[in-house]
Amino acid sequence: MTAAALRVAMLAVLLALVIRPHWFEPVFAPLAPAGGPVIYDRASLLSLSLNHLGLVLAASVTATLVAVGLAVLVTRPAGAAFRPLARSVANMGQTFPPVAVLALAVPSLGFGSGPTLVALFLYGLLPILENAITGLTNLPRATMEAARGIGLSRGQRLMRVEIPLALPVILTGIRLSVVIALGTATIGSTVAARTLGEVIIAGLLTSNTALVLQGGLIVGLFAVLIHDAMLQIETRLLRGGRI
Amino acid sequence: MRVPWHRAFSAPGVLFAGLGFAALLAPFMTIAANRIVAGDGIRAWDMAPDYATWPGLAAVLVGLLLGLPERLALVRLGGAVQGLCGLVLLLSIGGPALLEGAGTNARVSPALGFWCLLGIFLLLVADALVRMAPGPPARAGLLALAVGALAAVLGSGVLSDLSVLQEYASRREAFLAAAWRHLGLAFGSLALAAVIGFPLGILCHRAANLRAATLPVLSFLQTIPSLAMFGLMIPVLSWVGRTVPGAEAAGIAGIGFAPAFLALVLYALLPIVGNTVAGLAATPPAAREAARGMGMTPGQRLWRVELPLGLPVILTGLRIVLVQNIGLAVIAGLIGGGGFGTFVFQGLNQTATDLILLGALPTVALALTAALFMDILVDLTRPAQEARHD
Repeated sequence: MTAAALRVAMLAVLLALVIRPHWFEPVFAPLAPAGGPVIYDRASLLSLSLNHLGLVLAASVTATLVAVGLAVLVTRPAGAAFRPLARSVANMGQTFPPVAVLALAVPSLGFGSGPTLVALFLYGLLPILENAITGLTNLPRATMEAARGIGLSRGQRLMRVEIPLALPVILTGIRLSVVIALGTATIGSTVAARTLGEVIIAGLLTSNTALVLQGGLIVGLFAVLIHDAMLQIETRLLRGGRI
Repeated sequence: MRVPWHRAFSAPGVLFAGLGFAALLAPFMTIAANRIVAGDGIRAWDMAPDYATWPGLAAVLVGLLLGLPERLALVRLGGAVQGLCGLVLLLSIGGPALLEGAGTNARVSPALGFWCLLGIFLLLVADALVRMAPGPPARAGLLALAVGALAAVLGSGVLSDLSVLQEYASRREAFLAAAWRHLGLAFGSLALAAVIGFPLGILCHRAANLRAATLPVLSFLQTIPSLAMFGLMIPVLSWVGRTVPGAEAAGIAGIGFAPAFLALVLYALLPIVGNTVAGLAATPPAAREAARGMGMTPGQRLWRVELPLGLPVILTGLRIVLVQNIGLAVIAGLIGGGGFGTFVFQGLNQTATDLILLGALPTVALALTAALFMDILVDLTRPAQEARHD
């Protein structure tokens, strides 16, 4: 009950911060330097939020499709030779710091949303790939035997048995990936992507704590609420008895 | 026994050989008039006259071909190492040759072809090592060799013509200061988080209601994007600096080291506490019963049974934190906290690619080394029968 109330309250604050930022003027005013803006006014917070979420959504959807596709490929007999390699790439690749991936994308792709999208995609791929490989390799042997026994073809086994069984682990990977993407997209504004990080960076550059706090709150609330929503979906799916 | 011909080849080896030959056709180095403008790409064999690049090219080509035999993982490893040597040789010959008569401000850097081949050979090394499955001591030796070889190549000066190393040469002291600061942020915050996190984890293991209250809060903190977290620390710490007596004198202020350090500590708590709880809870019930039957006190059970058995899981938590901290410490560069991030963000502001690389490459190398080192440590603490189950 209290958790639900907290969620609603956080969502309400978030929406108000994004859609009606001027309501918070009295709250942030003491933190702004004399003469500096109290509320970020160089772009609408709503458009920055939509842009931010759009980047994350685009990158995460592509990363999910590619990662699950690759995981399916390396867990088939034909691609089995690549499985150890895919595993170590997924494992070691995640040690690359997101900021470094972002910064390294700039020399080849220039500034803007392009390098951010590529960095988000590449970096988001790895947790999903790792989890999908784990999920698709650790299937209960008895179930797989039964699926083969009732005459399901390879394709049917994949779609009706393997993927549904691996789904919880894959979803966990997607959740991790989305949370990382939300954070990395924030840093994307240092390479001139139009995301909510812009507000924080503007605050840092002009020593305007009001803006830093504002941007930080919005990004933080988005991340926490999205993470929570995805966690809810996972537990529903698990509890739903379909799996 | 005869092996069918298509089974004799390693599938990743074939793929990498194909990609490697393609990458050789891409520009291997670029030469630019100064450090800001974009350069012209030059292919490996056009970099120097009089066949000077041939030994390096041969080493790369043969290295790619040695990656092919499926059964001979050691040959594949050797081939990949030889290929890496070939890449260094090509850079060391191409650099001076391209700079000759190109003007005092001219800069040479590795280009797409080099980076692709580097990635390919590193993946070949990884693939061969996975097949050979060396134990922790052998891996530690290999890691030390790799770090030593990298230090030797960088220290010998054969690559000093490269643009990124010229950036280094012109700010050697700033680089060393940034390196120390980066390490201080990453390891210092790890130490403080461990001092807080281990006792907290042990308490959480004992008391279910504390656990239920603590872990969600920590995972909530972990979810907050890094830039927001670093930013949110600023008002908090500038308030502390202003109001708590003596805090300002101790260097606690809104920007700089303190907010970055605190943000890293907060991020580090979840993996440490969470893995301590998981590690302690993973003690097999039989072992716990036996300890109780022997009349051990709860304290003795903790120190002699639960902690040793949970050590691999706890160390895995430390690995996560260390790698994460090394990466996140880059953000400190944005709030005046120093570290390699300073160069990254300076480079982004000046669109000076080499300055970005000067900050990003050491960070990546440091994170990779830390991950490999901690993996070895985790495997060493794992009971023998479990160690090879992957």
